[in-house]
Amino acid sequence: MKLDEFFVTGEPMIYAAMVSIVVASLAILIGLTYFKKWGYLWREWLTTVDHKRIGVMYIIAALLMLFRGGVDALLMRAQLAVPENGLLDAQHYNEIFTTHGVIMILFMAMPFIIGLMNIVVPLQIGARDVAFPRLNAVSFWLFFAGAMLFNLSFVIGGSPDAGWTAYFPLASLELSPTVGNNFYSIALQIAGIGTLLTGVNFIVTILKMRAPGMKLMQMPMFTWSILITSVIILFAFPVLTVALALMMFDRMFGGQFFTMANGGMDMLWANLFWVWGHPEVYIVILPAFGIYSEIISTFSKKNLYGYKSMVASMVVISLLSFVVWAHHFYTMGHGAMVNGVFSITTMAIAVPTGVKIFNWLFTLQKGRISFTTPMLYTLAFIPIFTIGGVTGVMLAMASADYQYHNTMFLVAHFHYVLIPGTVFAVIAGFHYWFPKMFGFRLNERLGKLAFWLIAIFFNVTFLPLFFLGLNGMSRRMYTYSAGSGFGPLNMIASIGAVGLALGFVVLCYNIYWSFRYAPRENASDPWGGGRTLEWATHSPVPEYNFARTPNVKGMDAYWHSKKENQPLFEGKIEPIHMPNNSGQPFILGVIFFFLGFFLIFSWWIPSIIAGIAVIIMLAARTFERDHGRHIPVKEIIETEKKLGGELV
Amino acid sequence: MKKRGPLLLFFISLIMLLSGCSSKLLVLDPKGPVAKTQSSTIIFSMIVMAVVLLVVYVMYIYMLTKYRATKANEGYEPPHIEGSKWLELIWTIIPIIIVVILSVVTVRTTNAVEKVPAGYEDQKPLVIYASSSDWKWHFSYPEENIETVNYVNIPTNRPVEFRLYAFGPITSFWVPQLGGQKYAMSDMVNKLNLVAEHEGSFFGRNSNFSGKGFAHMEFEVLAQSPADYTKWVDDVKKTASKLTEDEFNKLLDTPVVGRKTYSSTHLEFRPAPEGANGGHHHGGGDADAKDNTGSMDHSNMNMDDMESMDHSQHE
Ligand code: HEM
Ligand SMILES: [Cu+2]
Ligand SMILES: [Cu+2]
Repeated sequence: MKLDEFFVTGEPMIYAAMVSIVVASLAILIGLTYFKKWGYLWREWLTTVDHKRIGVMYIIAALLMLFRGGVDALLMRAQLAVPENGLLDAQHYNEIFTTHGVIMILFMAMPFIIGLMNIVVPLQIGARDVAFPRLNAVSFWLFFAGAMLFNLSFVIGGSPDAGWTAYFPLASLELSPTVGNNFYSIALQIAGIGTLLTGVNFIVTILKMRAPGMKLMQMPMFTWSILITSVIILFAFPVLTVALALMMFDRMFGGQFFTMANGGMDMLWANLFWVWGHPEVYIVILPAFGIYSEIISTFSKKNLYGYKSMVASMVVISLLSFVVWAHHFYTMGHGAMVNGVFSITTMAIAVPTGVKIFNWLFTLQKGRISFTTPMLYTLAFIPIFTIGGVTGVMLAMASADYQYHNTMFLVAHFHYVLIPGTVFAVIAGFHYWFPKMFGFRLNERLGKLAFWLIAIFFNVTFLPLFFLGLNGMSRRMYTYSAGSGFGPLNMIASIGAVGLALGFVVLCYNIYWSFRYAPRENASDPWGGGRTLEWATHSPVPEYNFARTPNVKGMDAYWHSKKENQPLFEGKIEPIHMPNNSGQPFILGVIFFFLGFFLIFSWWIPSIIAGIAVIIMLAARTFERDHGRHIPVKEIIETEKKLGGELV
Repeated sequence: MKKRGPLLLFFISLIMLLSGCSSKLLVLDPKGPVAKTQSSTIIFSMIVMAVVLLVVYVMYIYMLTKYRATKANEGYEPPHIEGSKWLELIWTIIPIIIVVILSVVTVRTTNAVEKVPAGYEDQKPLVIYASSSDWKWHFSYPEENIETVNYVNIPTNRPVEFRLYAFGPITSFWVPQLGGQKYAMSDMVNKLNLVAEHEGSFFGRNSNFSGKGFAHMEFEVLAQSPADYTKWVDDVKKTASKLTEDEFNKLLDTPVVGRKTYSSTHLEFRPAPEGANGGHHHGGGDADAKDNTGSMDHSNMNMDDMESMDHSQHE
């Protein structure tokens, strides 16, 4: 392979990116060396098996990816702002919307959620850790390797350009001969394995590691949502694994599963993709429902209304999510009968979703609502997401979808679901649980400013797209003619996108500002209305989470222990058993990164070597004897004193 | 409150949409029975959904204004409320009823748009093969034995049966004012029944992303009176050159071409993947095959039949 095929060339924007990547990496390396932080980084972060730190690393990665995906979005909106714009050419636009979609869903939304669940779930169930801490670190590093690999395609080899859905035969070797879609299949595969392992880990954690006394029907709603999400992951991700493996065979080993000739079936890919892809949508939305449930009850100072029907509705949604996938291609020609069935199953999802909306509204009733930043995102979610929901019902009607399919109407719909649903939720959760990570709250004024910018400009950006769709504008068009009449609404949408970006900038500035100036509170329950167990321990949470295991007697255990003046923690402090840090997960991630990279370029000998290295790593782990260590009582007491000590 | 800003914006747009402006949006400006069924389905669903939105918004605003924390209710202790069986049942059952109503509408209209539109069943449809290639549309008229590229003329008030397939990636054939889209794929033929009830020029495009030239994959549908249409066909036959295999292969290899007209079709040397040449059948169980609403091509027609049909239709 020639060097100029290896590096992406000929684009000033990409040269600029290359330079800035190199400069930034050098700056980080030099900075770490100068401040002698290598040891700290290695000991405290790269080798950690602490679920809270792993969670923080997930969130940092997700925020970085939010910006990468956001820049993509801004570029797209810049290109579409006026008719016949020459800013981007077709190829560049195609790469950008492909990476935007993949990054936002798989490398932003998912890891942000997994980060929050890592931090919060063990705390909410009164556990010291997840069931398999070492596996948890492996999950993170696999995700991270996948994400880095995918981003690398931007400067090396070329980005995938067949859409985040990568429909065949367009994504086949024949029609996409560059390595772009190899990046897609390999990077997603590696990250996907990490996600699958997380799912397994959290199912076991939630089922096996709850504090004594906590029944399933007394778990906080966020934990419930994560349990159900993990089950969906367990059933959906293997489908992705298989689909991507077949894709890899088609692209790299001359397979003919999805090709045009030799009996390949293009729609087999579409089916496999969406059998995973639709449940994936619920994987990112159900945890959001959990987050909102926690926040809405905390800040209206009430217990959650209709707890049982909330749980039941999530279970129903998770079941239905597996029987609706064909609504993504009503137009492939499987007839009125099949389309009718899928229309009905799809619309049925609106029922449990509606139940949740009304339960949230009635949680507010007779409450005492305070408008904190996390609560503002939660409250804005309700009306905006409802628009996304009702347009979803409209899309579900097959006959009408023949007109909406593949248009801007669809793009508007799924942004109306994903942004207030998932993005607002992770931001809300981030603000809400921030003290648990770092011991202080983000600035409320900056938080609210960012919120208003995001909430308002979100609508300015995406509302026009409904009308563009109905006016005949297809999605994924890199340009349109002036005669089409799409110009003005696109301009409004692009202005909105700038406002939206501004909101995210304020959000990040808030993080920076708060790290420097926000008062360190160290209160266990800084919002003052905490109901669940995570608020019963210090902020920031010590390594061992709880000095003594909480004793749970019912729902909202912390709230009731405060109200009824009953101690949550009884008995005396004993030595705490914790797992040791390990460099293996990180090293495994690095090896997987190189394995993936070699595979993408079909460099077989290095691939085989890397593959053997993976096997050696796994084998070494099975022979390892590591029983962890105990934190002595003295050290626990000292830590507790330092953190405020009122709980001992 | 500031939060009502976006909501207000939405309602204003909704009202604008449902009133005067609606005639400007292609999908809601149908020129044939299929698009008409679809646009009235869309408007019906919009109205139902607007009612749902209204209920949620009214309750939402009520809760937020009534129960916000103020100085006046400083010491107020919200009560513990587990839920209410009856209320929860109500907001389960009413949505179920709505979904049932919408389901009935959906099943009926989906059946309707898959069939030859009502009132046109006993007319013999005009068959036009529409195939896509990077990045253009080929229209073959087996009856008339002519072929066009990137534009298609059809007679008004006669059912047109588009038979869709692709040379290359999956594309989607869409003429918003005549009816919703359907996929064109390399391994099978899909049928799309459309009727134009008004003369005029309608915008059509590929709606499914298919690579670099996708944005430019547009075509014009010109609906003419039957007399004008016949005249056009005669003209083409007289003036246009034949489409040879070489010429066709050259066309396939040229990414962007303008309009072309030929006095023969590519079906003779590159038959559509149907019948004996057909690929797989998507999701076509027996149930699908029995009711004729299935849009998949189940015809056992082979190429010989087709050719004989061609000749019989020659004028
Ligand atoms: C933050 C502001 C955002 C803006 C301005 C934005 C804008 C866009 C635009 C212009 C498109 C392409 C339309 C087209 O040409 O087809 C698009 C596609 C998409 N967006 Fe976003 N987006 C944003 C955030 C998000 C988020 C947060 C997610 C997911 C969590 C997301 C998921 C997607 C997906 C899946 C696609 C489809 C990509 C494809 O067509 O293959 N977007 N977005
Ligand atoms: Cu779906
Ligand atoms: Cu097919």
